[in-house]
Amino acid sequence: MTSTLKLIVLAVIALCSIVAVSFARDLAYQVHAIIILLLSSGAFLYVLRGVGEERLVPAGGPAPPAAAEPSGYIDDVIRAGVIATAVWGVVGFLAGVYIAFQLAFPALNLDLPWTTFGRLRPLHTSAVVFAFGGNALICTSFYVVQRTCAARLFGGPNLAWFVFWGYQLFIVLAATGYVLGGTQSREYAEPVWYIDIWLTIVWVAYLVVFLGTIMKRREPHIYVANWFYLAFIVTIAMLHVVNNLAVPVSIFGSKDYSLFAGVQDALTQWWYGHNAVGFFLTAGFLGMMYYFVPKQADRPVYSYKLSIVHFWSLIFLYIWAGPHHLHYTALPDWAQTLGMVFSIMLWMPSWGGMINGLMTLSGAWDKLRTDPIMRMLVIAIGFYGMSTFEGPMMSIKAVNSLSHYTDWTIGHVHSGALGWVGMITFGALYFLTPKLWGRTGLYSDAAVNWHFWLATIGIVLYAASMWVAGVTQGLMWREYDDQGFLVNSFADTVAVLHPYYLIRAFGGVLYLVGGMIMVWNLWMTIRVGERKATAPDAVPAE
Amino acid sequence: MGLLDRHGAVERNATVLLVGTLVVVSVGGLVEIAPLFYLQNTIEKVEGVRPYSPLELAGRDIYVREGCYLCHSQMVRPMRDEVERYGHFSLAAESMYDHPFQWGSKRTGPDLARVGGRYSDQWHADHMWNPRDLVPESIMPAYPHLIETALDFEHISDHLQANAYVGVPYSEEMIAEAKADVVAQVSPDSDRAELLAERYPKANIRNFDGRAEITELDALIAYLQVLGTMVDFSTYEVEESR
Repeated sequence: MTSTLKLIVLAVIALCSIVAVSFARDLAYQVHAIIILLLSSGAFLYVLRGVGEERLVPAGGPAPPAAAEPSGYIDDVIRAGVIATAVWGVVGFLAGVYIAFQLAFPALNLDLPWTTFGRLRPLHTSAVVFAFGGNALICTSFYVVQRTCAARLFGGPNLAWFVFWGYQLFIVLAATGYVLGGTQSREYAEPVWYIDIWLTIVWVAYLVVFLGTIMKRREPHIYVANWFYLAFIVTIAMLHVVNNLAVPVSIFGSKDYSLFAGVQDALTQWWYGHNAVGFFLTAGFLGMMYYFVPKQADRPVYSYKLSIVHFWSLIFLYIWAGPHHLHYTALPDWAQTLGMVFSIMLWMPSWGGMINGLMTLSGAWDKLRTDPIMRMLVIAIGFYGMSTFEGPMMSIKAVNSLSHYTDWTIGHVHSGALGWVGMITFGALYFLTPKLWGRTGLYSDAAVNWHFWLATIGIVLYAASMWVAGVTQGLMWREYDDQGFLVNSFADTVAVLHPYYLIRAFGGVLYLVGGMIMVWNLWMTIRVGERKATAPDAVPAE
Repeated sequence: MGLLDRHGAVERNATVLLVGTLVVVSVGGLVEIAPLFYLQNTIEKVEGVRPYSPLELAGRDIYVREGCYLCHSQMVRPMRDEVERYGHFSLAAESMYDHPFQWGSKRTGPDLARVGGRYSDQWHADHMWNPRDLVPESIMPAYPHLIETALDFEHISDHLQANAYVGVPYSEEMIAEAKADVVAQVSPDSDRAELLAERYPKANIRNFDGRAEITELDALIAYLQVLGTMVDFSTYEVEESR
């Protein structure tokens, strides 16, 4: 019965996508319709083949026993998430390295419409933020919420798999869309209207799984990591829906016009954009910190009360900080000032969180010498502290008047993204892989060390070169001669950046190589790692 | 700290945690964004800002499609060097019909808020063909395909209609005549050119790329040439109320 229903739904989707392919007004839309057509007809055939198999099971008979999870939790989807995170990470870093070289050598734009910087840059940001970061958040949140609630995922494996595959589909549609010219051109909210609708559906399913699991927990308390994950999920839902309100030109095209215009659109967008940083790249990853750091250090979280203050003040203050992206623009002054004041206040909860994470190592600092995973997690917290100091500083209007529009901003973002988000994710992946695949440990600790140093040096080169580039260019723009004339043409200030762009690209290469070493290490751990002797899925001798 | 001791109640009830979180994260947005929609002085009263002509809108769609905002801002800040380099600082009113806004956040290339009328059409055409022919230091991608791609304006009326839905004051006549107006804007000698100029005051009416067919480059240059030219700053006075 259910397979009949599935077949009907899939057939309807396939038929609709045939109509969409033939009426498509633009290439991005058409290719997306073809992707949906292929996926739905593939799924149709898959379900159809299964129909015969079902009859072999006698009606009312016992269902074939599902392969038992050694942990008792739903871990298959988390294993898939670990692989997806690692692979998307390398893809995103590669895209970043490529566009970094484009800025040094414009010939790499290849004079083709699909490979210009303007189309590849959203591909890079979406690949690292949403594909790498998003998969990391989804898979670690599924892992953490089950362990800390002593409950299997709400909705069973099917709903969790829907979230996983639905999210991958979102990534593929968004990425192919950018390359083919389907974009809203609003930073970090580039996917067009129908992709936004699809992500909303997937996100609601994600919230249902996560919140449902918390609801049916067998622990009396909700663990602090889950507060952060929950805040991340609901706030991103709110931001995504409000910021992407738009009117499509046609149901058969990708073009849409945002509901808001000009100054209102600008502040809505940066309310979204800054909190994509605040909730996607910070709150969610703080959830990771609050689970993996105590676990790896084998120590309790430093201060319970600090966790409470950290959580509520962070989520309250972050949401106000958006206007600091619009200093000295046509946004009214009162909004700019409000944004600046709250951004500076944000320094405190950010460092409160950093202290809570770092001090968790009290009594276990020796692990910094002996445990490469611990080192990864700790440097992530260190970079978190540095970029959450730099951020409030750059939000001061006087500083911002120099830093805004320059590469300083790019450097700041990357010290947070590569240092905090990237490093804590690497630490989590190194933690999870042996556990999820029942291995005694990682294939190579030495490789983790290599990864650590390559990534760290890469970040330092990246951030330092972009600071110098940003400050240099900002000062050159405002340089006057003794007659009161501007000294530099814009082109002069571009030419001077070339060496810094080379250093940055080289830093990116180091970071990418580190990521590739990680993928190899994780792969070898899964393929040839030593199995845990007590693993319940060990095959008994015959 | 009595308050913190009572936090246990929140930790034991997922609904309280969820609702509390939602309330706490809503405050900032409500206080900062909502007033922009009703405070009268958010957008200055300025003469001259009009909806984009159909060709300019098509050009803007190309600007959005190519992600130009990633390297070019459209927001001149009120600092001495910026005003001297780019022109009068940007007003909120100048982007009041921009869905979406394209203020940008990075100047890998120069600001474009007032690029209209600064360079000739021919300069833009050559620059799009290969920026380094004109500016050797430039790191901008070349866009040779724009001049080789015919502009698709089959559904341009729908684009005006969608803009009208979100509040741009396009009249029914403007929407109905949109397709003809695209042709009229690149045909300076036609009878319709005058009608176009009435509907869209100060619109540049000429063959932008010098080719017989209407290309994507025509549309993009028409958009670039109108940027920042709608307001007459010789008569504009700054309001102090903002």
